[in-house]
Amino acid sequence: MSDANPAEMPERARIDHDQVKPRRDSRRRGRGEELQVPEAEFRSYYGRPIIKAPVWKNPDVPLYLFLGGLAGSSSVLAAMARATDRPTLRRAGRLAAAGGAVGGTVFLVHDLHRPARFLHMLRVLKPTSPLSVGTWILSPFATFAAATAATELTGWFRRTGDVTGVAAAAIGPALATYTAVLFSNTAVPVWHEAHRHMPILFGASAAAAGGGAGLVFASVRDNEPAARLAIAGAAVELAIDEKMQHDLGMLSDVYDKGRARTLMRASKTCLVAGALGALVGRRRRWSAALSGLALMAGSALTRFGVFDAGIASANDPAHIVVPQRERLRQRQETTNTPSDRTTPSDRAFA
Amino acid sequence: MTNVFEAFSGETPSLSGLLPDPTTDAGWSGDHPKRVGFFTDTSVCIGCKACEVACKEWNLVPDDGTDASDLYRLTGMSYDNTGDLGASTWRHVAFIEDVRPHGTATTGHMPSGLPAITGGAPTRDAATPPPGGGTVDLLALLPDGASGATGGGIVGAHGQQTPDDERDVRWLMASDVCKHCTHAGCLDNCPTGALFRTEFGTVVVQDDICNGCGYCVPSCPYGVIDVRESDGGAHKCTLCYDRLGEGLEPACAKACPTNSIQFGDLDELQAAADARLAELHGRGVEEARLYGRDPDDGVGGDGAFFLLLDEPEVYGLPPDPIVTTRDLPEMWRNAALTAVGLGAAVVAAFWRGRK
Repeated sequence: MSDANPAEMPERARIDHDQVKPRRDSRRRGRGEELQVPEAEFRSYYGRPIIKAPVWKNPDVPLYLFLGGLAGSSSVLAAMARATDRPTLRRAGRLAAAGGAVGGTVFLVHDLHRPARFLHMLRVLKPTSPLSVGTWILSPFATFAAATAATELTGWFRRTGDVTGVAAAAIGPALATYTAVLFSNTAVPVWHEAHRHMPILFGASAAAAGGGAGLVFASVRDNEPAARLAIAGAAVELAIDEKMQHDLGMLSDVYDKGRARTLMRASKTCLVAGALGALVGRRRRWSAALSGLALMAGSALTRFGVFDAGIASANDPAHIVVPQRERLRQRQETTNTPSDRTTPSDRAFA
Repeated sequence: MTNVFEAFSGETPSLSGLLPDPTTDAGWSGDHPKRVGFFTDTSVCIGCKACEVACKEWNLVPDDGTDASDLYRLTGMSYDNTGDLGASTWRHVAFIEDVRPHGTATTGHMPSGLPAITGGAPTRDAATPPPGGGTVDLLALLPDGASGATGGGIVGAHGQQTPDDERDVRWLMASDVCKHCTHAGCLDNCPTGALFRTEFGTVVVQDDICNGCGYCVPSCPYGVIDVRESDGGAHKCTLCYDRLGEGLEPACAKACPTNSIQFGDLDELQAAADARLAELHGRGVEEARLYGRDPDDGVGGDGAFFLLLDEPEVYGLPPDPIVTTRDLPEMWRNAALTAVGLGAAVVAAFWRGRK
């Protein structure tokens, strides 16, 4: 069969399932971290993945996550800049909000395998489906943000633009954080098990992106709130990323290898450099712009890294079997009942 | 569910937990047909793949490969050249050659009423002659009592056995299928409503609605549903929805020559499965276990469940699947709180700003 992510599929080598595979070196232990799940032997069906990796397209979906975050926080920045009379920051925020929302919508539609049916997304509103809820967040947001940007650019209907700008700002933060639910509400272990961290990670990443855009496009006279927001976002993002990887235990190995590792490292470098640059250099136009670019890049790289880590996690049967076995073992310990008839204890393999 | 908002207040178990009647929960009136399903008893599966073929033919499921080079793909995974379930594979027969050192295997009986000579001849590598040369005494390979000559030498593991002198080989074969979960992650996550719960309690994709967003794919804890590259739509087993409407059993169950795939009302299948398990345990087949039978498991029980002879992961099944929506209310709360926090952070960034 044709797998949608052929490049991501592990090599279809013949693996003797009886062979006990000692997995995972002592990686991460050097940092004195406790593994939640003991490094375990596990069995699988020829080493094949158990769940299907997302068929979402790369870069469409990670870029959409980034643009949604950028747009969401920028809309609030713009509305606040309007209220506090910072015209260049207002303009930067409005344009970033509209650009992010429209660009994100394009990527989201392009990601569909039947893009002509994108309007089917609006057939229903299902609170059980984060993608449905997200569509109903994105659609009004994009409408308001685009209208606001149009009034900003043309100078027509400025009052209306102020109102739609506030409306977009009211929805914006939800656009920035719902994407965490979108990813967490899957069976992908490294996403699902991080469902307490991902909203904060994505929200902080959105703050870094929106603040970064403000630093790039607003004048130094107006950019102080953007710098503050971006620095705070970068700091929280760096911290929650550490916490997330720690709490993920053995699942975090996908962040420690391959492209996800490279992306997350690049993201951290960009965020640190951008935050420091914003701290000391926001008063100079060029250094403010460079810092803003670094912060936006750091935010985007985080999304790409999280996306890649999820693909790797879904393709690794150990990510399914080992934690679920551990869960079963713990449940059996707590209930301490002899296994009932339908789920006999697994006998030691001869 | 009848009221989507109740699902978020934790009052209804619609997103996870026990749910005796998912069909009514999905909005069908109370006089809907009984919930149907599959009980796949792998202890009598002979690996003939008739189910795979019947499914393909009835449902007009296209070839799995996309190009000629893929057409004759051999996986090297025993007799399994299908690989796994997917958009164009709605039944998948797994083959496991369970090799154990001779004599270390568990004792017991063949799990089924089938004769235990399925291997016929020893499956030594063709290039390896029997130790000491000569021919193999086929009679000696018959199970206890079948020939007086076994002398206790053939105490293999359960399953379709092919013993030889150094090792016991146990064949495990299992026909996998969509589980038609009580709490179906694919269905709840589908943003268009293309996936729906039928009046029979099964889960079906409406191809004319699906826009290929792919969200169902990583939502399935079993890795069943997938997007087909050729048409961009998500596809999976429909439990032959069209046949059910005509009072027919699904094609795979119809084609199964050993009744390994049993179709029927779910409660009756569960009772049959419990009886079968008791029978096997009574015969000493202790490794027999039911998978997906418990209505209080992580997905609220499966509409298609299995009798397995080894741990689920050996067959490529997750040992303890949990529907992803179990944590959805908490996720929405966290995301909403974070959104408020983000908005507050932006407002705070303007605090006493110098211009």
